[in-house]
Amino acid sequence: MKKTLLSLRELSKHFGDKTVLDALNLDILDGEFITLLGPSGCGKTTLLRLIAGFEHPDAGTITLDGTDLTQVPPEHRPLNTVFQHYALFPHMSVFDNVAYGLKMEKRPKDEIRQRVDEVLAMVQLQDFARRKPHQLSGGQQQRVAIARAVVKRPRLLLLDEPLSALDYKLRRTMQVELKRLQRELGITFVFVTHDQEEALSMSDRVVVLKGGLVQQLGTPREVYERPANLFTAGFVGETNLFPGRVLSQADDSISVDVLGFKRTLRRPGFKVQDGQPVHVLLRPEDIRVLDPDGDQGVAGKIVERNYKGSTLDSVIQLEDGTEVLASEFFDEDDPMFDYRLGEPVRVSWVDGWEWLLPEEAGEIADRELSADA
Amino acid sequence: MHSIRQQPFKTAVLALVWGWLLFLVLAPNLLVVGASVMTRDPATFLSLPLNLDAYRQLFDPLYLDVFLHSLYMAAMTTLICLLIGYPFAWALSKVARQRQLLLIFLLIVPFWTNSLVRTYALKLILATNGLLNKALLSVGLIEEPLQMLYTEGAVIIGLVYLLLPFMILPLYSVFDDLRQELLLASHDLGAGRLATFVHVIVPLTLPGVLAGVMLVLLPAMGLFFVPDILGGSRNLLVGNVIKNQFLDARNWPFGAAASILLTLAMALLMFAHKLSKRRLGEEGA
Repeated sequence: MKKTLLSLRELSKHFGDKTVLDALNLDILDGEFITLLGPSGCGKTTLLRLIAGFEHPDAGTITLDGTDLTQVPPEHRPLNTVFQHYALFPHMSVFDNVAYGLKMEKRPKDEIRQRVDEVLAMVQLQDFARRKPHQLSGGQQQRVAIARAVVKRPRLLLLDEPLSALDYKLRRTMQVELKRLQRELGITFVFVTHDQEEALSMSDRVVVLKGGLVQQLGTPREVYERPANLFTAGFVGETNLFPGRVLSQADDSISVDVLGFKRTLRRPGFKVQDGQPVHVLLRPEDIRVLDPDGDQGVAGKIVERNYKGSTLDSVIQLEDGTEVLASEFFDEDDPMFDYRLGEPVRVSWVDGWEWLLPEEAGEIADRELSADA
Repeated sequence: MHSIRQQPFKTAVLALVWGWLLFLVLAPNLLVVGASVMTRDPATFLSLPLNLDAYRQLFDPLYLDVFLHSLYMAAMTTLICLLIGYPFAWALSKVARQRQLLLIFLLIVPFWTNSLVRTYALKLILATNGLLNKALLSVGLIEEPLQMLYTEGAVIIGLVYLLLPFMILPLYSVFDDLRQELLLASHDLGAGRLATFVHVIVPLTLPGVLAGVMLVLLPAMGLFFVPDILGGSRNLLVGNVIKNQFLDARNWPFGAAASILLTLAMALLMFAHKLSKRRLGEEGA
């Protein structure tokens, strides 16, 4: 078990009468790559700025390794930031940008030179030391920003959507490179992004944020396969969400009426009662598209098909109008496998691959309102 | 011919601009250069032969003293404008956008009144029986009126008053462009307020400082009516010397040479400004 490096307790932040963070608790472990994921306005950037010390919380504490940082100004916090737009000093060379933090520590000249050279080599910019930031490409500027932040060997590196200004291909390269750097340096990375794919592929753990509250904290697999609520389910990855109703219960299974037929499912982690509405969540890759002549699953027809290279993604419309997203891998037996639009099929899913979520408070209120009316 | 028919408007505008620059900027300046190398003539103002006597006269100790004193007053004016204007512009860039526009508007309002009129107003304030002395006497801070008018200080006050906006506006522009992220990055890397000021804010606002200095220092040497009204006979500017040579002493070559001295100083400052901008990578990004 890794030990906690940074501990956030009951952190609150308001801008005017808008609550950005609402008594948030979070423990960041030593050496992990943790991602703050959420839509814009979810509080992820504010959280990062609080950790960096650029903003002060209205309430709560920030503790690093047992030291209370809440009132410590940013220049005295043993952590560094990679800014979204790099924030390189335009009047300084690459070398001077990277050396800035060490000069502030009043390190000897020889040590500065050696450490800057070392970190520039690590980001493959040793030949660019004398250039000015405006003479570099976006990807190179990004590397300088990272080098400048890690040269001080911080306990924690904060990265504020550092890849958002790069094009798709460069983004992929930098993702791999960031992971490599994190492994080599052993520094804890706190990464902010609104890109769920990036979050899943890079992180040890993901924090899903919305409305200043932690919606879920878990490994990428947990967040994707076992979302804690409808928001996480919808925000992370593509989702089929079917309404269901509990018919009967057994010891470790329940029987649910979903899409007009009865299925026996694993008992979920929450309490259920007979007749209770639930959500049945299925990822597109959990869906099985079957022969129309069989008797398994539900009948429907193909209304959309998209060739994605490694998968064939299709949309199937059921007879009641529900649309189902399916994503199937090509297999070697049938490399030409395809659908035509309008083709009749049946859909089902692999037993046990579904995920059940209870009806949420808002929905219950909505239902009661419409029942009253 | 082809292009004239195709783009008559563009051609007309360009012709107007070029014509303006040629006849009203280049030609007069060439006339000044020409005048500076000719010989003084009481009857026709200028005559041949060509010589450099006027330039030699610039180094006459009498005039050298005037120039140095003028430079001193202009430099003091610039320094005071910078000391007031720098924090002023910084603070201005920090207030809310709506209020910023109002404050800039207020900064520009005095320009609607002729500067000569405003200088006379200053004279009324600084005079021996003027507003300032009366106020100081009435609160008992002084026993008898202070001699403020016709001093070096009065000239500098007048120059600062007239030229301060020219320092503030370019500084405001660089502070407005200064990205907050850069200051945060500096703090993040361990720099306190002072270190951030010295290593980030000053270098990044330097083009604005130089632009401000350019707009204050040179005019401060030329605004001859300020010493005329506030300074008495001892506190002359280069501008007064030039004016006197043309209108009173009738020594056109010398007046022209002094003008060229000012022009060269201006060119030098512009060159320095350009260099400082290039160091920031043109746009500073």
